[in-house]
Amino acid sequence: MQQLDALTREAVALAGGGARVIPILSVPEAEVGRQMQICNACRYCEGFCAVFPAMTRRLEFGQADIHYLANLCHNCGACLHACQYAPPHEFAVNVPRAMAEVRGQTYADYAWPPALGRLYQRNGLTLSVALAAGLALFLMLAVALNGTLWGGRLEGNFYRLFPHNLLVGLFAPVFLFVVFALGKGVTRFWRELTPATSGAPLSAPAAAEATQAVLRLKYLDGGHGEGCHDEDDAYTLSRRRFHHFTFYGFLLCFAATSVATLYHYLFGWHAPYDLPSLPKLLGVVGGVSLMIGTAGLWRLNRRRHPLQGDAAQKPMDLGFIALLFLTSASGLGLWLGRGTPALALLLCLHLGAVMALFATLPYGKFAHGIFRTAALLRHAVEKRLPNPVGLGAD
Amino acid sequence: MIDVLVVGGGNAALCAALMAVEAGASVLLVEASPREWRGGNSQHTRNLRCMHDAPQDVLVEAYPEEEYWQDLLKVTGGQTDEHLARIAIRASSSCRDWMRRHGVHFQPPLSGALHVARTNAFFMGGGKALVNAYFRSAERLGVQVRYETPIVAIELDGDRFVAARTASGERIEARSCVLAAGGFESNREWLIEAWGVNARGERPAENFLIRGTRFNEGVLLKAMIDAGADSIGDPTQAHMVAIDARAPLYDGGICTRIDCVSLGVVVNRDAQRFYDEGEDFWPKRYAIWGRLVAQQPGQIGWSIIDRKAIGRFMPPVFPGTVADSLPELARKLGLPEAAFVDTIAAYNAACRVGTFDHTALDDCHTEGLAPAKTHWARPIDAPPFYGYALRPGVTFTYLGLRVNDQAAVHFGGRPSPNLFVAGEMMAGNVLGKGYTAGVGMAIGTAFGRIAGTQAAKAAMKETTHAAA
Repeated sequence: MQQLDALTREAVALAGGGARVIPILSVPEAEVGRQMQICNACRYCEGFCAVFPAMTRRLEFGQADIHYLANLCHNCGACLHACQYAPPHEFAVNVPRAMAEVRGQTYADYAWPPALGRLYQRNGLTLSVALAAGLALFLMLAVALNGTLWGGRLEGNFYRLFPHNLLVGLFAPVFLFVVFALGKGVTRFWRELTPATSGAPLSAPAAAEATQAVLRLKYLDGGHGEGCHDEDDAYTLSRRRFHHFTFYGFLLCFAATSVATLYHYLFGWHAPYDLPSLPKLLGVVGGVSLMIGTAGLWRLNRRRHPLQGDAAQKPMDLGFIALLFLTSASGLGLWLGRGTPALALLLCLHLGAVMALFATLPYGKFAHGIFRTAALLRHAVEKRLPNPVGLGAD
Repeated sequence: MIDVLVVGGGNAALCAALMAVEAGASVLLVEASPREWRGGNSQHTRNLRCMHDAPQDVLVEAYPEEEYWQDLLKVTGGQTDEHLARIAIRASSSCRDWMRRHGVHFQPPLSGALHVARTNAFFMGGGKALVNAYFRSAERLGVQVRYETPIVAIELDGDRFVAARTASGERIEARSCVLAAGGFESNREWLIEAWGVNARGERPAENFLIRGTRFNEGVLLKAMIDAGADSIGDPTQAHMVAIDARAPLYDGGICTRIDCVSLGVVVNRDAQRFYDEGEDFWPKRYAIWGRLVAQQPGQIGWSIIDRKAIGRFMPPVFPGTVADSLPELARKLGLPEAAFVDTIAAYNAACRVGTFDHTALDDCHTEGLAPAKTHWARPIDAPPFYGYALRPGVTFTYLGLRVNDQAAVHFGGRPSPNLFVAGEMMAGNVLGKGYTAGVGMAIGTAFGRIAGTQAAKAAMKETTHAAA
């Protein structure tokens, strides 16, 4: 509270002096501001990632700068392990943690509708309830439509249980809502960041560079290509690799669904598909990749150095990982068990997991990819302009 | 029995341990600090001054041996040993591949340090990343590491190393030993004794801050000198920078420096200027300002700038004292108001402003003012005004043990057959006074590696003797 009071007084004094009003920072934001002041006077970590070069373009850190830098940070841990001011030093610099705390706050602050931002605060509970609701929905529907969860006359065709149009009717509105909600949130984030990052519009080269940074996860490479940190000060590429398995696995699964939709409406080729059809190929490769990726990320997350990142966000991280794993595992299970009496049950499990995953996309860890991409795009714009801070020593 | 005992856990100690283990010796490294504070002053470093005859990865152009040597000669005012200095200089041209093999990454200079793009290779992530890499490599190669194990005494048989004694009384035998336990900068009593009492009756060292590690108490250095090892250097000579007076007592490191000195004026407690703030680029001058402030009453100074300087220097870690008028600034800083206003008025009147350029030795200077300000002299007249209190910040001391080109400790002019020394404990052989960026790491790396090689060789010889 003392910190807040001091900041309030400072803001009032500045406003009274006719300078400008500084938005009052939250405690985690003020902590990032404090640490950036120290880092900006040191700069040893400049080679690791985008955060520090972006920092050197600033002498003061306002709220928008802090939100921007927090989302540029990939929590790779390099600057923590290399820091001469990390705890137990009295400066207690821990950039990955400070950034993570603000990042968690920005997801909630920019969530749409704003009231649902609260779902971030107990994200483990949010995901559990969503999963329970998703499962209950499909289990009850199955019993209502089929009379039983075991056996029945489905003959490997799940549309006999849930007709295509019923599934479209359930999933399409959720999907459209997710796109809309995430779009609203990231648009507001973009508008706040733009004036703080030169105000210049996005150019094609900047967009290309940021896209590459996203698709290659450039900033988990440590700046030297040997990777980032997990349980200690050694570099590892495993976080980057497992992220890639997860991300591209997710995209392949999404592609499988998209191709299947095209097949259905364009060509009238109806599911279920089997190997070697394109939707099945994409789905199986994507599902396996997603399982490998999420299993790896789970293990890495559990082993992560205790100082790195924000422990309060572990339920969100692990919940999202678990839900992705469950979605891919149940999808593959459904395919393998399609000829058995377990088909209805497997189908309910998979659809329930998918529903819970999609419904919580705008209120869970998924947001990190969206907001970080926005920050990387702004960084790619800003870095193309001359540094507004011209130091004499250069 | 272990072959090689390495005392210390910084760059020089790690270089010695790595070379010894690579030579096939069994190595035990004992570090005084707990693991989280390991690395001594190396955790605060950031680059290595490198000789090179042509562009080399992160280094541009060339920095030939002769130029390096002349730079060293200039900063030390001749208080150096040319033979040993040239060994360190030559070693700096070829050690980086070895460093890379042990996990060190180099990068082009950091922003704010482009002036050393030609001469210095920067460690990605700074010295602590380097220390981490060396420790990982050492452990992988089988070096045993013990933390919180300060060595307080060395047991000798004539000029031969026999064993080391830890603070807890444990006796560690080894066939040979490398001492790389740092200077004595965090030993306040020793600093006070060395600096004595000045003409004003003050004990200047009471007001020093220590930029470096809190674990360099010089216990082993003193024990070796008391045991008859030949010493070299003046105990008041040290790497001493003018740093923010609010810096922590220890381990303030790089970020506590105040980089706006050359853009304004510096006054002492009596609000008087005492040195040419614009003598040269700040990075070339900052290592003399610690001593300059140490000679002032109360060992304190204030760097004063106005709005025009903002954004033209590395941002300071703590915000400055801000005021809208000079009298107000004097009151806020606790300086005599009338004298302060007079000093600034006299300076402002003496400024001959030509074309200001903080990136070159420009033509803005003072006339008829003592001391003069020879570059970047512009009147301090644009509010708000800023003041930063300065204190001497000691990075490391130069008093050390005399060595030859094999890094051997000497007793009465004779080299020990199996006791070697590296790093700050012998840097004074090359660096009698003064400093230039990255030379400490160059000396530590060169002589750490020599000491490790020689210690491994000495241990093998001991084994052969024992077998025969």
